Amino acid sequence: MPIRTVMKANEAAAWAAKLAKPKVIAAFPITPSTLVPEKISEFVANGELDAEFIKVESEHSAISACVGASAAGVRTFTATASQGLALMHEVLFIAAGMRLPIVVAVGNRSLSAPINIWNDWQDSISQRDTGWMQFYAENNQEALDLILIAFKVAEDERVLLPAMIGFDAFILTHTVEPVEIPDQEAVDEFLGEYEPKHAYLDPAKPITQGTLAFPAHYMEARYTVWEANENAKKVIDEVFEEFEKRFGRKYSKVEEYRTDDAEIVLVTMGSLAGTVKEYVDHLREKGVKVGAAKLTVYRPFPAEEVRKLAKKAKVIALLEKNVTFSVGGALFQDFSRALVNQKEKPILIDFILGLGGRDVTFGNLDEVVGIAQKAIAGEEFDEVNWIGLRKEIL
Amino acid sequence: MEIPESVKKRLTLPAEEHFYAGHTACQGCGASLGLRYVLKAYGRKTIVVIPACCSTIIAGAWPYNTLDANLFHTAFETTGAVMSGIEAALKAMGYKVKGEDGVMVVGWAGDGGTADIGLQALSGFLERGHDAVYIMYDNEAYMNTGIQRSGSTPYGAWTTNTPGGKRHFLEKRHKKKVIDIVIAHEVPYAATASVAYPEDFIRKLRKAKEIPGPSFIQLFSPCPTGWRSPTDKSIEIARLAVQTAYFPLFEYENGKYRINMPSTRKEPKPIEEFLKLQGRFKYMTKEDVEILQRWVNHEWEKLKKLAGVFG
Repeated sequence: MPIRTVMKANEAAAWAAKLAKPKVIAAFPITPSTLVPEKISEFVANGELDAEFIKVESEHSAISACVGASAAGVRTFTATASQGLALMHEVLFIAAGMRLPIVVAVGNRSLSAPINIWNDWQDSISQRDTGWMQFYAENNQEALDLILIAFKVAEDERVLLPAMIGFDAFILTHTVEPVEIPDQEAVDEFLGEYEPKHAYLDPAKPITQGTLAFPAHYMEARYTVWEANENAKKVIDEVFEEFEKRFGRKYSKVEEYRTDDAEIVLVTMGSLAGTVKEYVDHLREKGVKVGAAKLTVYRPFPAEEVRKLAKKAKVIALLEKNVTFSVGGALFQDFSRALVNQKEKPILIDFILGLGGRDVTFGNLDEVVGIAQKAIAGEEFDEVNWIGLRKEIL
Repeated sequence: MEIPESVKKRLTLPAEEHFYAGHTACQGCGASLGLRYVLKAYGRKTIVVIPACCSTIIAGAWPYNTLDANLFHTAFETTGAVMSGIEAALKAMGYKVKGEDGVMVVGWAGDGGTADIGLQALSGFLERGHDAVYIMYDNEAYMNTGIQRSGSTPYGAWTTNTPGGKRHFLEKRHKKKVIDIVIAHEVPYAATASVAYPEDFIRKLRKAKEIPGPSFIQLFSPCPTGWRSPTDKSIEIARLAVQTAYFPLFEYENGKYRINMPSTRKEPKPIEEFLKLQGRFKYMTKEDVEILQRWVNHEWEKLKKLAGVFG
């Protein structure tokens, strides 16, 4: 029987890891993710999880040890955030290039400077070109579920890519919510016994991995990572469906909320989606035609679903906790790419908000909708807007 | 080619080869010899981890490969960490790692990748006590990028970023004692070795395999390209490095030092004999040579004391 309990997202992530039975975990402490490996080390210490736990001396070594372990042919897991994920950056490319299905839980946190330990998505968004799949959880249950789903997708022979699951620092990592822990047997059936389907270091059958590739071969190797990302789009749908059948919880790459007759659709990710949905209800009561959409999957980018969504709205407002300086947010670029060659497309407006843990309030969202309404009315508007800036201290 | 039994019996090194001809090392390369000896000692059931270094190239570009063993190429600073992950995974899968008939996990990294950029991962690997062998092949500079000084470059050496000039003349720092740093981790086994003494090296490799826990070998490995030395003098230079006590061969086992070479009963040869065969040292002044000689003497006396040899 599944257990209904309450826990923080960090604990939910540790439980997901335990249920997935990785053989090697290598982790280094960092706020706000420290509790994930802490809890896992308890599981290992109690004999509840049979795994080697490597207490590495940095995040760079954490992901490197995971790369080594995964290349040797076992399921691996780690957790990190912020500077830690940034330190891993170099090795993330290697993990994807070697097609190793490593899964990493990310407690989404801002990057220095200035030092800030609170939530935004700059850490994982900055890894978007590494070839890794990216999932974002709205709540603690999703954090648990998406980790299990990520293992299944990552290990699929058509994919073989590493994956990271983001959940917002403190808002989720340290907040207790109701969570249903699935049955171990059900998870075992869902994930199956781990069998490496990628090239791995079998002592009986020597191979070389990660070798030098000259210009005549390098591009093809990189193209396979592109192809795997394309394949992942279909595989993710299949796994979402199977997950729903087995566990009763439905996921989709882009989850729409009251979008059918919406003029303005507020698009976001992570825990902010909860706030935005409530805000939509609040405006609907006043008769404002507004809807919401949440990206559960950010990489591979769900361009097809985004195009479908775009057909419904006059304005798509992108609410994002990240910046690409002089350009705007990453979602703004990605949506622009998905829609640029469409004959009919909505107006896209970018909103950068909630950086470094700043609360996003209904007041902020009123400002967003106000700008969107001006755009519909044909008035001038800025493409990129920083919402909630305290101009008095600038 | 099959070696007749009668010949095999007289060989002082294992006849088996797992490092094949056709590799892309320069003529006179010490590293390629060293890796060949490693695989002679450990055989095919070995997983070699190589960071960015000359050996990345030497092992061959896709689809070619000169190693008859598992080979894992990784980022410059990650050797110790990747070895740790592989060792943990093998253990989790139930393999015997190290020891008789065990799978060998071997780190094969240059001096830059060990003394400098890879030092943190090496320290983590040593401190956590993984069952694996880390070999630093020491050619005393970043050779693969074109001869830049590393922490392991000796005093007085020319490299492309210690080129001389009026205000900054050659390398001004003494060689970093990586093995001392390793020993500070109280590892069960650490040793220096040289490609000029392959029997000694193979004996140490075997010991490193037998003794549980992390082992470390610093292998002196001439680089004619970077040292501006004749390609047929590599072994002679490596031998002189030992005979001058510039690079003495010793072992650290169970907390005890033992000097293998040179003899502690007579004076080592003067450092000039080691220097004169190499173009990289030709800009040294008489004073420079004296400074280097004093350092060699000092380090040699220190080692002798550690090994309990009092003259």
